[in-house]
Amino acid sequence: MIVLAAARAAPPPTYQRVAVIAIAVLVVIVVVELVRRRRLMERYALLWLAAATILFVLAVWQGLLTTLSSEVGIRSPPNALFAVGFAFVVVLLLSLSLVISRLTEQNKQLAQRVALLADRLKQLEQERSET
Amino acid sequence: MSRHLAIVPALNEAGSIAQTVTEIHQHAAGFDVLVVDDGSVDDTAAIAAAAGARVISLPFNVGIGGAVQCGYLYARDNGYEVAVQVDGDGQHDARDIPRLLAALGEEPAVEMITGSRFLTDQGGYRSSPLRRAGIRVFAALISLLTHQRVTDATSGFRMSTRRGIELFARDYPHDYPEVEAILLLHAHRLRSREIAVTMRPRTSGRSTIARAVPAYYMVKVLLAVFVGILRARPSIEAEEPPR
Repeated sequence: MIVLAAARAAPPPTYQRVAVIAIAVLVVIVVVELVRRRRLMERYALLWLAAATILFVLAVWQGLLTTLSSEVGIRSPPNALFAVGFAFVVVLLLSLSLVISRLTEQNKQLAQRVALLADRLKQLEQERSET
Repeated sequence: MSRHLAIVPALNEAGSIAQTVTEIHQHAAGFDVLVVDDGSVDDTAAIAAAAGARVISLPFNVGIGGAVQCGYLYARDNGYEVAVQVDGDGQHDARDIPRLLAALGEEPAVEMITGSRFLTDQGGYRSSPLRRAGIRVFAALISLLTHQRVTDATSGFRMSTRRGIELFARDYPHDYPEVEAILLLHAHRLRSREIAVTMRPRTSGRSTIARAVPAYYMVKVLLAVFVGILRARPSIEAEEPPR
């Protein structure tokens, strides 16, 4: 049964907001540090930073979170925050699967090319040593 | 150099590869033999080379689809007119290669001939009952999708013309490729048909299907088949025949 939200749900308790803000800030720091050390490429860092930024904004801007959650019928605003976080995790995982698929295909093509080139090289060396 | 190539994908087939190569030389003398060593950890490559095959060694295991495609790339780049896939494990009888070639020559419109275990009741090795049931499911499905009778959709014993070689060099399925390759050919409006062959139980190594959980094999190939239907039709080249 779908229960529509009460007119105006209560804002999330402060300690939960603080926790979410802390996590978002931590993610940003870790991601930026990994990029700085060249362990994480910028293109893969973007999704993480976007996730952290949006969670941060939602945790700080209470009005937005409350409006948003009552719009979609989530009675407790913290749950909306978790839902957004979860959605980002799903998107991140799917994007990783895409990356792996592309790498697998490229890897296969490289292996084939290397094998064929090695064969040609051997052939050429043989021809050369014969003449 | 001949214009006919036998592509033999092999993964740890040290026990049977020499015999496979020798038999092809013996019974299909017009064929060059290319063994594609898919990252074997035994002496497959050295034994195959000693037996007189050309050997291409992939730097690591890329899977049967990638190995076979590597053979087609070689065939394409070296101008071969006909390529036949022969498993390195001794299942495929080289004596059938001239028959495949004759069948391919009979009908110029046909671009691929598959050796089928199930076309007639000629006996020979036909896999376990459970596997046969799975093979039958694919045969029925592929027959339905391609509007032609396919009895052995999982047979890897196939011979293609230049047009088939060029297609497979460009695009070949990754793992468990046999079923998908038939559909790929069909999507490009190339015709294929089967002739009856007798297969033998493998003499060494393990089936790529045995390595996978059979249920996984079924599900993966079914997914590939159904997504393949939804996929936009591949660009048809100008010289490909109209449907």
